[in-house]
Amino acid sequence: MKPRSRYSFYLAIFVFIAGGIALAVTRHVQLGIPWLAGEQQPVWMVEARIDFEAVGDEVLVSLNVPENPPGFRILSQQAASPGYGFSLIEDSGDLRAEWSIREANGPQTLYFNVQLTPADSRDQTSSKAPEPEDVFWEEPEATAVAEVLERAAAKSASPESMTRELIKLMQASDPDQNIALLLNSEPYVSLLQRMLSQADIPARIADGLKLEDARRLQPLRPFLQIHNGERWLTFHPETGLQGLPDDVLLWRQDAASLLDVVGGEDSQISFSMLQQTVPALELATREGGQNGLGLLSLYELPIEEQGMFRMMLLLPLGALVVAFMRIIIGVRTSGTFMPVLIAVAFVQTSLLPGLVAFLSVVTVGLLMRGYLSSLNLLLVSRISALIILVIAITTGFSIIGYQMGFNTGMTVTFFPMVILAWTIERMSILWEEDGPREVMIQGFGSLFVAILAYLLMDAPLARHLTFNFPELHLVTFGLILLMGQYTGYKLSELRRFRPVRDFS
Amino acid sequence: MSAWISPFRLRKAGILGMNERNVGYIARYNDRSAYPLVDDKLKTKLLAEEFDIKTPRLRQVVRQQHEIGHFSDMAVDLEGFAIKPSKGSGGKGITVVQRREGDQYVKASGALLSLEYLKRHLSNILAGLYSLGGKPDVAIVEDLVRPTALLSKLSFQGVPDIRIVVFQGYPVMAMLRLATTASDGKANLHQGAVGVGLDIGSGQALNAVQFNRPILLHPDTGLPVSEIRIDDWDTMLVMAARCYEATGLGYIGVDLVLDENEGPLLLELNARPGLAIQMANGKGLVPRLRHIEGLKRPHFTPEKRAAYARNTFGR
Repeated sequence: MKPRSRYSFYLAIFVFIAGGIALAVTRHVQLGIPWLAGEQQPVWMVEARIDFEAVGDEVLVSLNVPENPPGFRILSQQAASPGYGFSLIEDSGDLRAEWSIREANGPQTLYFNVQLTPADSRDQTSSKAPEPEDVFWEEPEATAVAEVLERAAAKSASPESMTRELIKLMQASDPDQNIALLLNSEPYVSLLQRMLSQADIPARIADGLKLEDARRLQPLRPFLQIHNGERWLTFHPETGLQGLPDDVLLWRQDAASLLDVVGGEDSQISFSMLQQTVPALELATREGGQNGLGLLSLYELPIEEQGMFRMMLLLPLGALVVAFMRIIIGVRTSGTFMPVLIAVAFVQTSLLPGLVAFLSVVTVGLLMRGYLSSLNLLLVSRISALIILVIAITTGFSIIGYQMGFNTGMTVTFFPMVILAWTIERMSILWEEDGPREVMIQGFGSLFVAILAYLLMDAPLARHLTFNFPELHLVTFGLILLMGQYTGYKLSELRRFRPVRDFS
Repeated sequence: MSAWISPFRLRKAGILGMNERNVGYIARYNDRSAYPLVDDKLKTKLLAEEFDIKTPRLRQVVRQQHEIGHFSDMAVDLEGFAIKPSKGSGGKGITVVQRREGDQYVKASGALLSLEYLKRHLSNILAGLYSLGGKPDVAIVEDLVRPTALLSKLSFQGVPDIRIVVFQGYPVMAMLRLATTASDGKANLHQGAVGVGLDIGSGQALNAVQFNRPILLHPDTGLPVSEIRIDDWDTMLVMAARCYEATGLGYIGVDLVLDENEGPLLLELNARPGLAIQMANGKGLVPRLRHIEGLKRPHFTPEKRAAYARNTFGR
């Protein structure tokens, strides 16, 4: 092999391994498929309940619903409202749920459910700064505002610090005249918003919902948001703390109004919520189909095929173990991949019953093969006869096991019959030609590798990763190719060539 | 005294490992398309004939089940013969008949075989019992090799053979394999045959191993193995070197025997020669293989290559 082709070979291996890992990481991040099998993730079910009195005309109810709330990912949205037509409408960046009915009378109740799961990122996406609103103040408020803003500006350097200072002034325990005057003139949060707009800082009021498990009739709380030129920042209007607490869901951010009801009066909205814990994998599966990367995954297949793939995708691990044990360690096995097939059978039977079944079938088979060899049959008919014998033995074991009350007797049927027959044939020839010692070495070598492969294939983590991240098999592939280039000594050779010490 | 050796020490001693042999030599220097020439003894024999390499005389080729009938007619005239599966490996399926006693055939061990048994054996060979992968095979019947007195004295039952590893046409290492009781008359080292390393320069014994352990005396015959010196050594080296031209394979094991009347004969070729030869010689193959790989001007005739090897690798 030329050196150049060798470099491209290593490059290819690197691409396989790096590509496999990168793809797995991407899918983990994008789809939230967990690395570990048992990972749990909380899911919030939030229900908005709208009550109003219909006046007997046609009714149109429009509710602002969260779209990309910071810190949360929306899993599903649905409405429950008997008799009403329902649709979700996107209106200039503002997602609204709309109910409509031709005629309604008396008290009405509408529900809107949303399922959310906490997401990693709590930052707002960056957006263009809007123009601050034009505000108009009457005297004497205008003078008071100017004075307060001047004091706050004196202590601040940026929109953020300006906002903090302003809240601090407004919340002081002994407000001066100006502030007291302003606080009495209008509601506190909208006052703050107007004052900030006056100071040329774009500001708006967002409605937040504090998430607590199993709460009912929760109100929305106002939060102050300002734009610092890059993105919207949230402030707690009383404490002045910047940032959104982890347990607050911003229900309304952008929309001008939360709820509009046409054809009804006395409208009220209240929220109730519930926390559930859902396995992270189930969550990822549920979302899978919506995403481009999700289409690549196996969740879309019918359940029956999925089960088959679960098994099939374990095989590369077995092949990896065989390659490692034969190339690096130097264990001798009978038949190259016979151990993998035995390991697959072990996965279905579980280890101990499988081992007992395997050993007894092979032992009985070897005894019978002894008789067959004295008949001097041609090879093909001997193997065929052996297959029938193996089937007879397994049937016998199953029946005896069942009668004696062991269900494990049935597990024999999981072993591939033809492989068993060939194993017996090979062992028997080996016995005749190389003696029982070689049979023991190769037999136990095969079993040892099979058990190792089984232990790896049966590990919950391995099962989880191979099925949910099939791209990781690129890594297995790369490793096997890499081992194919290994020219060092096998571990067993360090023993075999031991007499080299005595060479002069 | 641990049972292990550090890989660095092995590397320093120039021991060739299994993985390196497979990747660095067999895969690199042996063209796969030439494998059938060595895996099939019949093809090897015919090829050797073309290149003037002597082999035991071919008596009969049994290709079909119905041809087994002719075997008994042919065998009538023969004193001793060997039946071999053409695609057998590791000496499997080889039956050696020394002489006849009435209707019975006598094996080297003294066991009696009936004609029926031999016919069944032939039928087994045809069915592929001894071939790789169980593929249908042909059986060849050839003259019995009668080893020289010196060698037959040393070996228990089986015919002692000489294995020469030939790399790019240069004989690089050689050993003599002696069957023992432990190996059941077979010349395979892992079954307990004695391996005697031979000096490439002279055919003189260097040291001997059985089961990987150094020995001085043959375990069955009690004769000292260090005094062995192979006759006709030069002829053997040239024969081995010529196998490179015949097969085109860069890394082969050439198995030769020394017949009392015929002289050196080629028994078979092996495209995946084992590593035990290093133990028998007490030397690693790697330095010699590297030396040949580093030759700027390779020699073009088998005679010149054999002479070069004798001078370079001889003691």
